[in-house]
Amino acid sequence: MMAEDLMELDEDTQKDKYLTFFIKEEIYGIDIRLVTEIIGIQPITEVPEVPDYVKGIINLRGRIIPVMDMRLRFKKDFLEYTDRTCVVVIEACDMALGLIVDAVSEVLTIAAAEIVPPPEMKSAQNRYIRAIGKTGSGVTLLLDCEKLLTDKDEAMLLNL
Amino acid sequence: MDPMMEMFVFETNQNLEQLEQIMIQSEKNGVFSVDDINNVFRIMHTIKGSAAMMVVNEVAALAHAIEDIFFYLRENKPQSINCSALVDLILEASDFIKKEIDKLDAGEKADGLAAELMDMTKTALADLKVANEGGTAGGDNAAPPPCAVETQPETGSPIKTIIEKIELEDAANAFRALVFYQDDCEMENIRAYTLITHLKSHVAELYFFPDQILEDDKSSETIRQQGFDLCFTTSKSYDEIFALLNQTIFLKELKLTQLEDVSQWAHYPKDKAAKAAAKESSAAEASVKAVKKSEGKENANHQSMISVNVHKLDLLMDLVGELVIAEAMVTQNPDLAGLELKNFNKSARQLKKISGELQDGVMAIRMVPLTGTFQKMNRIVRDMSQKLNKSVELHLVGEETEVDKNVIEHISDPLMHLIRNSIDHGIELPEAREKTGKSATGNITLEAKNAGSEVVINILDDGRGLDRSRILKKARENQLIHKNEAELTDKEIYSFILAPGFSTNEQVTEFSGRGVGMDVVTKNIHAVGGNIIVNSEPGKGCITTLKIPLTLAIISGMTIKIGKAHYTVPIVSIRESFRPLAKDLILDPDGNEMIMVRGQCHPIVRLHRLYDIKTDVVELTEGIMVMVKTEKMILGLFADALIGQQQIVVKPIPSFIKNISKTQGITGCTLLGDGNISLILDAAGIAGRI
Repeated sequence: MMAEDLMELDEDTQKDKYLTFFIKEEIYGIDIRLVTEIIGIQPITEVPEVPDYVKGIINLRGRIIPVMDMRLRFKKDFLEYTDRTCVVVIEACDMALGLIVDAVSEVLTIAAAEIVPPPEMKSAQNRYIRAIGKTGSGVTLLLDCEKLLTDKDEAMLLNL
Repeated sequence: MDPMMEMFVFETNQNLEQLEQIMIQSEKNGVFSVDDINNVFRIMHTIKGSAAMMVVNEVAALAHAIEDIFFYLRENKPQSINCSALVDLILEASDFIKKEIDKLDAGEKADGLAAELMDMTKTALADLKVANEGGTAGGDNAAPPPCAVETQPETGSPIKTIIEKIELEDAANAFRALVFYQDDCEMENIRAYTLITHLKSHVAELYFFPDQILEDDKSSETIRQQGFDLCFTTSKSYDEIFALLNQTIFLKELKLTQLEDVSQWAHYPKDKAAKAAAKESSAAEASVKAVKKSEGKENANHQSMISVNVHKLDLLMDLVGELVIAEAMVTQNPDLAGLELKNFNKSARQLKKISGELQDGVMAIRMVPLTGTFQKMNRIVRDMSQKLNKSVELHLVGEETEVDKNVIEHISDPLMHLIRNSIDHGIELPEAREKTGKSATGNITLEAKNAGSEVVINILDDGRGLDRSRILKKARENQLIHKNEAELTDKEIYSFILAPGFSTNEQVTEFSGRGVGMDVVTKNIHAVGGNIIVNSEPGKGCITTLKIPLTLAIISGMTIKIGKAHYTVPIVSIRESFRPLAKDLILDPDGNEMIMVRGQCHPIVRLHRLYDIKTDVVELTEGIMVMVKTEKMILGLFADALIGQQQIVVKPIPSFIKNISKTQGITGCTLLGDGNISLILDAAGIAGRI
């Protein structure tokens, strides 16, 4: 009983909070509950025969985590990694994945009232936008992590 | 899951397995030994108690009902038991309980109703009572004359119902027997004593001469000269007594005379009685044998075993894996390169030795003998052969062979499917078998043995074998043939049966025909990194071979370098590695590169091309050729250089990557001593791509 109460409290403190990061001047946000850690860029071991945006795997304290370049994923041009480049490690659907982003911004609280559904465009990018969050100065594109992790169709097309 | 529930599920499953084994053994022997009855009673009692505690009431009630039957068997020791029917009932009850337990294990409610089974149990108990006591069916009040297994009723009220074995009725016959033993057999007095003991269970009054057989040594001499003289009254007929006495060992001559004239019992044909007598004594012998055997097994089980949660073992294995990596990181640290460190090296070697032993020890912990899995097959053979009216015997060889616990879980289903297939498709009906000169009883042999780094499991049957032409035809229909038909070897044709949805059955039966079974087998075996090979001889039988690698997690690997990337090849697949000479390199008519090794030609795989890796070493003579062996061929992998051999901990490829790319030839990754990641190559996977 006690544990459950604590759990609920925990969830409340993490609700509505999003970690925001930059990908080519656009601000994206992901649900903080899915983020396990943020690390600087590390040597990446390439894996053959994967889509170009999957850069390979890294050794994170003994754990092997795949990493994905978000610029390439969203069909933007590739930027050389600098010491500002970060890897945001997310975990969902029993899988771990590292997202390589230009820079990490801050943790924002966006209340449910400020969130509106995404526009109905069919471009590749839009499939992964779960919703749009209105923040003071602009908008944050909220990512659908589960789709990011499990979406296969595009990858299959690439393989053909 | 609630730990109490986990314990309940685990213990009850164990008990049910034991119960099944006892039941099948008892059925084979045709009789319930005292030990069996006690064990079953104890098992049912335990299940009843724990089920009641976990509030699984239907199971508790059913266990109670069965307990009642075995209580009756234990206290009253009835003679007339329909063994087969009772075993069927108990096994059905056991299945019901197992289903309920499985539901609880999956987190669902155990909502099955045992009402029907309980009715059957009550009827069975009532029948037992009627058969053995006479009087009203189900009457608990009727005081039964104590029918012990050994003695006989004195003045019995005539008991009319006869089920299978002989009823002991009034001792109305009187006989005189004169027994002569063979010359020089010695110890006639002891043999006479044995005879008396043997006869006691069948007679009411018994007189014999000489009477001081054990106490007086001279009685041997008397028996030798005058024969052993017995007088007794019994319910048995002349022939039965004759048959019984005739079984005496070292018997030279038997004179049996009936002293009174007794009317024959109409409903007792002499032959059946004599046969029944023989059956009873052999059943008694068999049960003694079975009891001895089970005692032996029980002793083995009680040899200080401890149940450990598999999760703990996994944690331990992971830690040992990390230790191996850390040890490599210390001893192969780049800081130490080039330094003269004699003492350090000595200590480092010691460390390596100890961590190696620790690794072996921990892996051995996870090894479990195949005995349990093999024994489960007994039940399947029994059930299927009954349902299909075939006679099949299961032989188990090498069941002590041990495999990793992981593997056991993945083997059980495939074995079950393969055995079902053997019985359903392979073994012919008894008449058909006899026509072709085979024994009416089919034989299935389940064999397990260690072969190098693999465990080999063979399932052989002596049935009709696989029908090559039918399989070929079906493969053609399903468009599975990609090579020239004439070039297909027998093994390749037989391997078509492993394709999903493949079946040469015209109709779907209860047991097979959908083409799903072999697919399940293949998937399960591949899941543990194993292989299946099917071979057959028409008319003679079929043999399915499963090859499963022994250890899954820590293997010896050779690390190779290609450009900046590191790859590792498992040592077991490497035959040799060398720098190729220009003269051994050939180009075949299609433009494929081949290498000659000791007169044989093998294909070359340029790894840098296969996986698109940037490297400067593209000339074959400037790199290293690693010859690897697969099931079907030997191929040469071309890499830049060899780094070294080491123990590596196999880590699975992250599921994200597995989902996104179906690359063949890479089966995992590992961390090297310097922190780099190396991908593990799989020779068979690479071979599949060329």
